[in-house]
Amino acid sequence: MKRLPWFVRDAIYLAVFVALLLAAAWGLAALRFPGIAYYTRIIVLIGINITLAVSLNIINGHAGQFSLGHAGFMAVGGYFSAFLTYFYFSKLVDRYPSAQSALLVAALLAGGALAAVAGYVVGLPSLRLRGDYLAIVTLGFGEIIRVLILNIEKIGGARGFTGIPHWSSFFWVYFFAGITILVSWRLVRSAVGRAFLAVREDQIAAEAMGINTTKYKVKAFVIGSFWAGVAGGLYAHYLMYLNPSMFTFIRSFEIVVMVVLGGLGSISGSIIAAIILTILPEGLRMVKEVLHSDKDPRMIIYSITLIALMLTRPQGIFGRRELWQVLPRRKDAVPKKERDDAAA
Amino acid sequence: MRKIGFLAVVVLLSLSLTGCPPKSESGNAGSNADNAAGGDILIGEYSSLTGLQATFGTSTHQGIIMAADEVNAAGGINGRKVKILTEDDQSKPEEAATAVSKLISQNSVVAILGEVASSASLAAAPICQSNKVPMITPSSTNPEVTKKGDYIFRTCFTDDYQGPAMADYTAKDLGIKTAAILTDVKNDYSVFLGRDFERKFTEDGGKIVAKASYSNGDSDFRAQLTSIKPSNPQILWVPGYYTDVGQIAQQARDLGITAPLVGGDGWVSPKLVEIGGKALEGCYYANHYSYDDPSPVVRNFVDKYKQRFGAKPDGMAALAYDAMHVLADAMKRAKKLDGPTLRDAIAATKGFQGVTGTINLGPDRNPVGKKIVVEEIKNGQLVVKGTVQPK
Amino acid sequence: MQEILQNLLNGIAVGAIYALIALGYTMVYGILKLINFAHGDVFMLGAFVGYYAGRWAAAHAGNGHPATYLIAFGIMLLSMVVCGLFGYLNERIAYRPLRNSPRIASLITAIGVSFLLEFGGQFVFGPDPKFFPTLTPKRIVHLGGIVTTNYQIIVLVVAVAFMALLQFIIYGTKFGRAMRAVSYNFEIASLMGIPVDRVISTTFVIGSALAAVAGILFGLSYPKIDPLMGIMPGLKAFIAAVLGGIGNVPGAVVGGLTIGIVEAFVGGSQFSNFRDAIAFVILIVILLFRPSGLFGKYEAEKV
Repeated sequence: MKRLPWFVRDAIYLAVFVALLLAAAWGLAALRFPGIAYYTRIIVLIGINITLAVSLNIINGHAGQFSLGHAGFMAVGGYFSAFLTYFYFSKLVDRYPSAQSALLVAALLAGGALAAVAGYVVGLPSLRLRGDYLAIVTLGFGEIIRVLILNIEKIGGARGFTGIPHWSSFFWVYFFAGITILVSWRLVRSAVGRAFLAVREDQIAAEAMGINTTKYKVKAFVIGSFWAGVAGGLYAHYLMYLNPSMFTFIRSFEIVVMVVLGGLGSISGSIIAAIILTILPEGLRMVKEVLHSDKDPRMIIYSITLIALMLTRPQGIFGRRELWQVLPRRKDAVPKKERDDAAA
Repeated sequence: MRKIGFLAVVVLLSLSLTGCPPKSESGNAGSNADNAAGGDILIGEYSSLTGLQATFGTSTHQGIIMAADEVNAAGGINGRKVKILTEDDQSKPEEAATAVSKLISQNSVVAILGEVASSASLAAAPICQSNKVPMITPSSTNPEVTKKGDYIFRTCFTDDYQGPAMADYTAKDLGIKTAAILTDVKNDYSVFLGRDFERKFTEDGGKIVAKASYSNGDSDFRAQLTSIKPSNPQILWVPGYYTDVGQIAQQARDLGITAPLVGGDGWVSPKLVEIGGKALEGCYYANHYSYDDPSPVVRNFVDKYKQRFGAKPDGMAALAYDAMHVLADAMKRAKKLDGPTLRDAIAATKGFQGVTGTINLGPDRNPVGKKIVVEEIKNGQLVVKGTVQPK
Repeated sequence: MQEILQNLLNGIAVGAIYALIALGYTMVYGILKLINFAHGDVFMLGAFVGYYAGRWAAAHAGNGHPATYLIAFGIMLLSMVVCGLFGYLNERIAYRPLRNSPRIASLITAIGVSFLLEFGGQFVFGPDPKFFPTLTPKRIVHLGGIVTTNYQIIVLVVAVAFMALLQFIIYGTKFGRAMRAVSYNFEIASLMGIPVDRVISTTFVIGSALAAVAGILFGLSYPKIDPLMGIMPGLKAFIAAVLGGIGNVPGAVVGGLTIGIVEAFVGGSQFSNFRDAIAFVILIVILLFRPSGLFGKYEAEKV
């Protein structure tokens, strides 16, 4: 397998992945026990959060640009794809039901594309701004997007966007999560990814080496926001409802927490943190039942857990490494991996 | 190969979650085995117990548990007790959907009560509809909510009833000619009451002389009020929540605006006068009922609520109390407690005597013919200024 | 004209409170390069301490008003002490163990502490809004054509006094010199014999105490308080601190006033729907021309 060119290998991985996904989706649908719809819902939300965390990790972890506006990109993608399906595509599907999947993908990609345009605009100030100043500008963009949506009557305004068709599903959510992971993975090991790391580690040195730092910073924003937009679209078509209040800066914080908790730059870390932080508040629902208390302390426990996790693993769960690099396995795992990728 | 392994890990990790042993709170999903077996009847409530709307969610919760306790004290539903399972949604629509999904699929509740915020109700309604579990929202006034399907009901009046009704009342009964509007731009309840009022008030020959907006979470409204002041309106239509109105009134008086503030049922709370104080003298708003109404239903509710929670009930508590009783009433009439039968029983609700008035559910699953009581604040007390009868 | 002056005054009154909160952000940032997201919630804590103390005082003063300024001042001091203590513990438990870790780790614990205060506040105080006791009777003051209240004047006077005090501490005392040394480089400062830990703790205590002052002043002029009241003012103050050049004390004051005034003018215009966005638009435009804020020094990158 190692002899094959990278795109053939990726195609094989994808085929296997899709097959696994189809089997999993089929298995999920076949399961019948109390709570299965609820668990499925949580699993789907985990998938969406994985896409969000991995895509933010491209901006924050790999390229080292501090973005606090991810919820804004998600909103752009979600609203735009919902706009397309609600006003145009659902009529087509009424006529040609078999076109639903293709139209969903088209809507998601269109939403992602518009989010990428927004990412480009937000990325531009990174020419001049650094660190916390960039963070506040991205936060500001996120809030501006939210206020604009709040005032556009066509897509619901303050009332929210209702009646979005229920097109996304376990399969589509994890399909795109898988693609995001793969893209992110390939990116880090490509020339672009090397340039990202250089920009992150030392901008001046990167420039001295002939890297156009501006270009790469903006590129990171464009790629990251594209996938955030796709995730927003999946979210919209799963929840069937959007409201500007879902995309406040608090939502952006939640995604940043996933990335940092997983370890900046660690893809598997982002994934695991997304899983933990999505399950945690749901799992804590039983605290109230156990305590038989009328007041619900679950969010207090959630915040304390967050602080405790950060205090015990300040580098993130995996630091900058990946899951298999942390596991005690073959000692040559890391250098060999690097060699493989350099060869590929 | 490692990459395949890695992807497999992702899929497996997520799949392993489904392997978690199911919490056997009740029997099989959908069949309501527990409910059929004669145990407690489970009713789900999703509510904003934390987050921005928590004060309304808490009142709603109190109204519901009080009504449920009354039902149980009176012998329950045909001998079976009701049990309320409450899930917090942190005032977030997406959490509301998850909470309702849990209540329906894990706990197999027979019906759902909630939410205050229309955004949360709109996110949760499709789930109730697709699972054929009836949902009654006590206080989501957005007309869209009950359009989500035939399993979605409400027991409060809608924005497009309340707003125009108050516009008619001020323009026709009180002869007001000019009004200014101050809405909360982040809150659809406020935005739509503002819009519906404006439409009807203009139709009735009135004139909107100024419009401004604030956003939920603000404390300083002087800028907006300063811009309204020169236009000298006869009234200010402020369809916000009581949490903001008290401060708006105070700041308006500070700036020398003497026109009364007029509002909707979002004002209903004992906290309103506590925060607004003297600044609210002469202001009036739409309520569902009057605290001092001598009818036994109201007396029973207000007195018991005060005794139990140490404060007068606000509007949310009263609406939630009624929603729970409407549900219990329908359950008593229903032969079985499965979704379709219960739905039909709720839809057949006619002439139910609630705290907030007589509830008849119409074909669009909204109450028809609820009257509005206009209350005025006089010497720190609430006085009935008039009533608006439905057409 | 009169409307413009009135809105200017409205803006300054709100801006003064933003500025007081922004001072806490900017001090901590100046010294640790940490955005202390929990700061807005410390402000909430300050208001609630004032609420309970004020109610206790009102119950014991007999006439419903703890009328004297002395008692009001005492309540403020108490709130400052409680918040200062919280700031100390917060730094000690949540930030100090992470001092040698990546900066972003402390940022996440700050978000965690912020959540903890918000949810804890709703749990302990209850989620319903509380009516802040009237510490001193309100009077309307007419200045020419514009209207204000004695509260707004008190807010301004107290805010300016505390800003001046802070400026004095930083530039006029030995401790202030130590603070500035630590903010330049805390490793070298510790080599010079400056007790870095103590300086940082004290900075947190002062910042949190200032947030408490802001909380009390806020409660006085906007008597509705609730456990989530810190989110929006906290965010605005954070913008103010960045606008003025984070880490810079006069910058925080100017930033706070700017945000307050801009909001007042936009809120009073026909664009009030877009008010929250316009504050950010202005921030972004200013940052594009002055990438380190109005008063921040643009540090050329060093190799």
